[in-house]
Amino acid sequence: MPEQTFILNGEPVTVDVEDDVRVLWVLRDILGVKGPKYGCGINVCKACTSHINGKAFNPCAVPVGKLGAQDEITTIEGLPGEVPESKRGEHGLHPMQESWLENDVAQCGYCQPGQIMAAVALVKKVRAEGRTITDADLDGIRNICRCGTYTRIREAIRDGEQRM
Amino acid sequence: MTEIQEDIGTEPSAGRHSVGRRRFLGYLIGGTTVIAAAELGLLSGQAAAKIPSAPQVFDAYDLSDLLTHAAQPTSNLITVTVNEDGTAGFALPRAEVGQGITTAAAMIIAEELDLPLSKIDVTLAPARPELVWNQITGGSNTIHAMYTPIRVAAAVAKKALLEAAAAQLDGVVDELETRDGVITDALGNSLTYGELAAQAASLDTKAVEVDLKDEATFTLLGKPTNRIDALDAVTGKKVYTTDLDVKGALPTMICRAPTLNGKPTKVLNAAEVKAMPGVTHVAMVPTGVAVRARTFGQCIDGVRALRVDWEDGPVAGESDQDILSGVKAAELPMPSLPNTPLAKTIAYDFTFWFRSNSPMDTNSAIADVRDDRAEIWSGLKNPIVTQQQIALELGLTPDKVKVNVMQAGGSFGRRLFFDGAMEAAQVSQAMGVPVKLMWHRADDARAGRAHPLATSRVRAMHAAGEVLAFQQSHTAVEMDLRHGFGEIVTALAADLPAGLGNLGYAQTIFALTSGIPYDFGVLTQTLNETDTRFNTGAMRNVYSPDVRTANELVVDQLAKAMGKDPLAFRLEFCRNERVRGVLKKAREVARWGRPMPAGTAQGIAVHTEYKGASACVVEIDCRPETVGRHVRDGVTGPRVMKATMVTDVGQVINPRGVEAQMQGAINDGIAMTLTSSLHLVDGHFEEASWDNYFYTRQWNTPPEIEVVIMDSNEPPGGVGEAGVAPTAAAVACAYARAVGKVPTEFPINHRDPLAFEPKPRTPPIPPSPTDGLRWTY
Repeated sequence: MPEQTFILNGEPVTVDVEDDVRVLWVLRDILGVKGPKYGCGINVCKACTSHINGKAFNPCAVPVGKLGAQDEITTIEGLPGEVPESKRGEHGLHPMQESWLENDVAQCGYCQPGQIMAAVALVKKVRAEGRTITDADLDGIRNICRCGTYTRIREAIRDGEQRM
Repeated sequence: MTEIQEDIGTEPSAGRHSVGRRRFLGYLIGGTTVIAAAELGLLSGQAAAKIPSAPQVFDAYDLSDLLTHAAQPTSNLITVTVNEDGTAGFALPRAEVGQGITTAAAMIIAEELDLPLSKIDVTLAPARPELVWNQITGGSNTIHAMYTPIRVAAAVAKKALLEAAAAQLDGVVDELETRDGVITDALGNSLTYGELAAQAASLDTKAVEVDLKDEATFTLLGKPTNRIDALDAVTGKKVYTTDLDVKGALPTMICRAPTLNGKPTKVLNAAEVKAMPGVTHVAMVPTGVAVRARTFGQCIDGVRALRVDWEDGPVAGESDQDILSGVKAAELPMPSLPNTPLAKTIAYDFTFWFRSNSPMDTNSAIADVRDDRAEIWSGLKNPIVTQQQIALELGLTPDKVKVNVMQAGGSFGRRLFFDGAMEAAQVSQAMGVPVKLMWHRADDARAGRAHPLATSRVRAMHAAGEVLAFQQSHTAVEMDLRHGFGEIVTALAADLPAGLGNLGYAQTIFALTSGIPYDFGVLTQTLNETDTRFNTGAMRNVYSPDVRTANELVVDQLAKAMGKDPLAFRLEFCRNERVRGVLKKAREVARWGRPMPAGTAQGIAVHTEYKGASACVVEIDCRPETVGRHVRDGVTGPRVMKATMVTDVGQVINPRGVEAQMQGAINDGIAMTLTSSLHLVDGHFEEASWDNYFYTRQWNTPPEIEVVIMDSNEPPGGVGEAGVAPTAAAVACAYARAVGKVPTEFPINHRDPLAFEPKPRTPPIPPSPTDGLRWTY
């Protein structure tokens, strides 16, 4: 069975698994990293949103064989590690997670890791474009929340943007 | 019911400012630490007949009955345990599915026990058959039913701790103070709950009388409080069923028929699929063919590779229009009303298409079935019926089946049923190994439970500025209520108010939830059901979103016919003070009647249910530049730009939680009216993805939502569903006013050309994409 090596939440990992198994299942079923959630398996619901080399991606849609040894995968579990300690909040978390807590965003919570990972990438993206989050940016977020906590997601992203 | 009235002149209500001091009976359970208990039949509010939200199996009991039974009190009890580490534990016999009841329960304990919220640990109780029908999470009833019992148990625990402290400090209980888990005497000596827990433990089980804390002294209840599970949710640590590791329970998925509820007859290539990478087992079960593998990804591949012969399902060949024709054929004649120059009758026929109650976290369950026992883990709102039915299926007695209740990623009615748990049990038995079963999204949308297709006919007669008669006849595909609600109603039929006992339980629930809060002369509402071939169930707020949408659209037409403003008309005819209160508040907060540009409009609707009342005002934008927005693989259309919800839910435990539930309900109501439905085509539903079934997305959600919670002296009512019906109706009313035409089918876009290309039915689930790195940002 092929060996797959990549960096997961700052640590190199090696897994014996076929090339075509999607990263989501390598994370969840083999490595036991359960933060990224299954909501559709076809890159639609975005509940599994994680980061690859600092950018948002959906591991349900990427065969593990496509990852290189230097590719850095960050899941919600490793998100605080994306910022220096000085930027972390009272719970030791990424500023966006802290904003999520402050705004009490989660209801059932299932989509929330994906929402947070998407929010962080969105803020970084618009910042790289030299601007701040607009209503149109928020309207463009594809992550589904079936509890409908969209209002608090929007508030928390704007708040998190300030903290980041 | 173990309430002891001291003040003879007091109403038997638990109103927040009730005058009489109320004493309750609880229990101390024998053990090595403080285990305090109360009977679950204790109602928070008045013991008026309200079924199914407050089954009153214990109402006939009085104090002497309870004292008689005090020797055997452990059967129907909920318990609060104080541990030697100073924490308190409570196993909630309900399901947390996002509605926030674990937080509310923890707050109630923290308040009554004078312990910080962070020291309360609320878990979900496994199936407890001794609770009979008192372990169903539905009808937004949890806090209404449990507010008082939880308080009593906490009060009993505190009393035991105080008595132990008094003994140790050589003082008297009345001179001790409790605060943040510490008991202090007048001299400043103090002991913590943790230090007292063992000493305060009771050797025997005994009945204890307690007074509850004066509600005027509350410091936590009523204060906006963040969820106790929020930290776990934002760090990925919250454990849902598929996150749980049970030894040997490997990923498992099901290959389903190309027609709804079709059945497998023969697997043509089991050996070939079993030889695929990662696959360990292939087995036929009644609903399809199961594949178990090392990863879910390999299950998906295995399911897609299976070749199976199928027997067609019961709706094979039929489409939406056929089902609608069947429902229309089952419509009962309505009494005819006159339509003359003096007495005019307004008549509308509405259609509500199938809607899916699928949550984010699909049907999933872990099952470990052995020859002589079984254990199940799943998000279950009805674990007792689950236990009974699975035991029956497996050929075991219920006591050999342990059913664990997991936190669930949403429910919306779905988890009243146990389709995943039953299937997991069947698969585990067939394969002889533990399984972690997960439904694919396509399964969950296509073969999961749906809110039944329905028609609603409304006839309203008015003359001389009065409404003389208002009739509503609702006809629907049968809503499956065989999950416990039915048993409650059947069991209590004799106690129901006059006239209800002879109805079926669906009609009873309809009658108990579908009130019209207006003085409209002779009110008639009927429900007739037909067609039992679908997988149906209650969807958040059961019948009410459809019923109220039909009602309120006609109310607007009555107002129009009389030349009156819709909100003023409602106030004039409203016969419910609480509805009147929320209407007036909504008028002010939402700036009702403010000038709106052409193509946009406000809409107002009210609803009263769950011991509360809500009014929703929305502002909708139906102008071409909004309707025609393009979103890749999405549905846009009219957008609600602002929603204002004014709600009176009785006494508020957690305003922040109430606000969250209302915000979510607003998005549900919008989806029901504007965008979300299932399309039955040639024997199966077309929707197999969140980009097919159009629940509200960020581009649909109102940029502005305001929730106003009324001060109320009424007992705590239901919160989780209360906002859906008024929103669905308000959006419909606003749409009608904006476009100048009353919509008669919901969602309004159901007959538009499909906004997606339907996924194939064979194989039944789509392939896993490989191009994910193209979409990074």
